[in-house]
Parts: sequence; structure tokens; C-alpha cells
Amino acid sequence: MPHRIEDLEIRLLLEAIYQKYHYDFRGYSMASIKRRLAHAKDKLACGTISHLQDKVLHDPAIMPEVLEMLTVQVSELFRDPLYFKVIREKVLPHLHTYPSLKVWIAGCSSGEELYSFAILFREEGLEEKTMFYATDINPDALKKAQAGVYGLDRIQLFTENHRKSGGKSSLSEYYTAAYGGAKFDKSLRKRVVFSDHSLVTDQVFAEVHLISCRNVLIYFDKELQNRALGLFKDALVRKGFLGLGSRENLRFSTHAEAFDEFARDEKIYQRRGVL
Amino acid sequence: MTRDRWEAVVMGGSAGSLEALTAILPDLPENFPLPILAVVHLPADKKSMLPEVLRCKCRLRVCEAQDKEPIQPGTVYFAPPDYHLLVECDRHIALSYDEPLRFSRPSIDVLFESAADVYGESLVGVVLSGANSDGANGLATVLAGGGVGVVQSPGQAYSTAMPLAALEKCPTAEVMVPGEIAGYLKGLCNCDR
Repeated sequence: MPHRIEDLEIRLLLEAIYQKYHYDFRGYSMASIKRRLAHAKDKLACGTISHLQDKVLHDPAIMPEVLEMLTVQVSELFRDPLYFKVIREKVLPHLHTYPSLKVWIAGCSSGEELYSFAILFREEGLEEKTMFYATDINPDALKKAQAGVYGLDRIQLFTENHRKSGGKSSLSEYYTAAYGGAKFDKSLRKRVVFSDHSLVTDQVFAEVHLISCRNVLIYFDKELQNRALGLFKDALVRKGFLGLGSRENLRFSTHAEAFDEFARDEKIYQRRGVL
Repeated sequence: MTRDRWEAVVMGGSAGSLEALTAILPDLPENFPLPILAVVHLPADKKSMLPEVLRCKCRLRVCEAQDKEPIQPGTVYFAPPDYHLLVECDRHIALSYDEPLRFSRPSIDVLFESAADVYGESLVGVVLSGANSDGANGLATVLAGGGVGVVQSPGQAYSTAMPLAALEKCPTAEVMVPGEIAGYLKGLCNCDR
């Protein structure tokens, strides 16, 4: 059957990308990666995945584009406002008790989640004692996150989300219209470290109090998901918090027992104190 | 056609499809041997009431699909609002937050194409009432993979656009009213009641 040959081609392509560029998609959810590669194949005018592999291996200039298509993730400021409302009202009271805080936005993509947290922490008076780590594997996404410029057409949605999350200020205080978009204030980035980090191949780099990693784990297969959750478990302080995407869960993970459900509907978990 | 030939049913619909689902799903027995994966277009920012509404009417298990969940026979899995529903080759649920396809997330085409890739000729695709053309390409993929296609009779559908688009792409699909679809599915699996 032709599509079984394509399965083989996909495995070979992912191996080639790993060997040549050290981006490891081999443990990603095959169902999603197939769709994304089919899209890349069409967009780059390749007849087959093998043809795409040929291009990827011999023309390094197209790798950023392929990487973009394999990792593309569009988010919103304060996406799922209830998630941020629960962080604001239930999680931050715990975080207030620490003298200093570290927050890890894992898979930050173009930065929407990071700016949401930076604004939230400023509103709640926690910004000055917090260090944010914003990590992603895609250097172009990290550049966008560092620039903090979003289309003006998205601002209405961001503003509405921010209000629903219990926002205490006006979102317009944090950006200026410039460069054909809304540019978020650089003061929001002064306590942020942007870094290239892979949940697939890299290790824990700091002890943190809160990790937000939403709609990243759904793209991993179970084994890889377990690896990432193991990193989160090791990075979190005891009683630290982990926020996942609204349809992600720890139910099928080997690390489920290391976490307590803190806010079930918002998918916020708390690292258990004693293991 | 042996009883083991079929492995899964995929269904899709939008406007008017709850009525069709209410005529189909409660009529299937608890020992119905296939999983049913379904995409119904719903508002992205609201909790879906579909599983609750249908659960109390059905003998099958009805749930909202969870990422990485093993796919079980006799169970109806609905795509969660604002996520695509896909099938992993090891017969697990995969969700995705990729871009909407033709303004739809979840997309019927995404589900049907992903399921066709995994189940091939063992797949039954059902397109119900709806107000756009999502599902037409997906059903064509199901048929191209050797599976069978069923389309709700446009004359009986609340919204005709989706069944008409599916039939235009897939003229060989079976056309039925919702009351006949359950009987057809039971017949495929030799469930008599």
C-alpha cells in the first residue's frame, strides 16, 4: 500500500533531520507530524517525502522553513482566560510566600504565553522577584518572542481574554502600536531569559516554582511525553506548579503519581511534597 | 464481508447533526464492536454538552476524547471543542491544536484522513447534516483507502451543504436517512439489534 511506503519515508526524513540538524522529531505523535509533513511537502513543491528529504539534506537554507512548519504554534495572550484566572487567584497566593521565584514557559513559541505571565505577575506585584525562562527549539520563534510584536487585528481578542482572566489593568498600558503591529513593552522582558531548549534532548537547567507548558505535550508520543514530564518533575520545587493545555492530562503518564491535581478543569497540577 | 472486516466508524457533522446523532447512536447496542469517532462543529470557547446529552440516551459509552487514550470498541469519542481529533497508528487518540482547516477546528477532514491512514479498508465514514463542505475531502480519502462512505440524505437533513458537498466528491457513497444509518452499521457488524 502506498501510504506504508510514505510511513517509511517519514521515518527516514525525521532521522535525516536529526542526524544533520539535531532537531529530534522522531518521538513526536505520528498522526500530527504526518499532516504537517504533508503540508510541507506541498508547500515546497515536493512530489514525495523522499524528495523533501533530498532538499532538506542538500539545501540547509530550507531547514528553517521546514522547522517552522513542523513546530508552528499560534497562541493568544491569556488564551483560556480561566486558566490565568485560576493561576491569579489560587496559585499566586502560594507563590507570594517565596522570597524569589523562577517561572518556566516551556515551548514558548512566539511568546504570547510569556507576555501573559509577565503582565499577570506585574499586576499581582510579583514581577520584581521573578525570573522567567522562555524556551523553545525554534530560533525564529524565539526571535519573535523577543520582539514581542503581534498583529493589531489580534489585540481585540487579547484584550478580551485579559479582561476575562481577571486583569487589573488595561492591556493597552503594555503595548504601543508600531511596526504595523502592537509592540509589547521591553520592560516586560527585562526579567526574561530566552533560550533554545529541547524537551526531547536537553536536561533540566534550573529549579523552578511554576511551569506552564500548554499544547506542547499533545504533539509528543507517550514515551517522549513521559520524558518531558520527568524533566518537569525534576525541575519543580516541592509543591511547585505545572500548568498544561486544556485537553492534556497526566492520566496516561508514568509520572502521574508525582503530581496532585490542583485545579482539575484548568489542568493545573502540583508537585507532591514527599516521594 | 466478514464481521471482522470493520475496525472503526468516523462521523462528522455541524448544523442539524445532533438530531441525526440522536437518531443513530441510541439505536446501537452496548456490544456494538466498533469504536465511533465523531467531530461536530461547536463554538470553540464553550464546554461541549454533547457527551452529556447523548450519554443518557445511549447504551454505548459516550465520552469526550482525551489525548493518548486507547481507542476501545463500543465507545463514542467526541472531539473536544477547539482541538482536532486524530488517530495514532497504535490505535490511540491524538489531539492537535494545529491551525483550523477551512475555518474548522475540530475538522472532519482531519479526523477522516487520519483515520483512513490507520484503518484503511476497515473504516466506515459517515457525513451528516451540516452547513459547510468539511468532510467531503475526508470522505473521499476514506473511499480511496478502500473503506465505505455513508451520507445523510440531503432531502432529510436540516442543513444540506455538507451532505451535498460529500456526495459531489463521493458519488458512490451510500445515501440514507438517520434512521437507516444505525441499521446499516449494525448490519455491517452482524449485530441484529
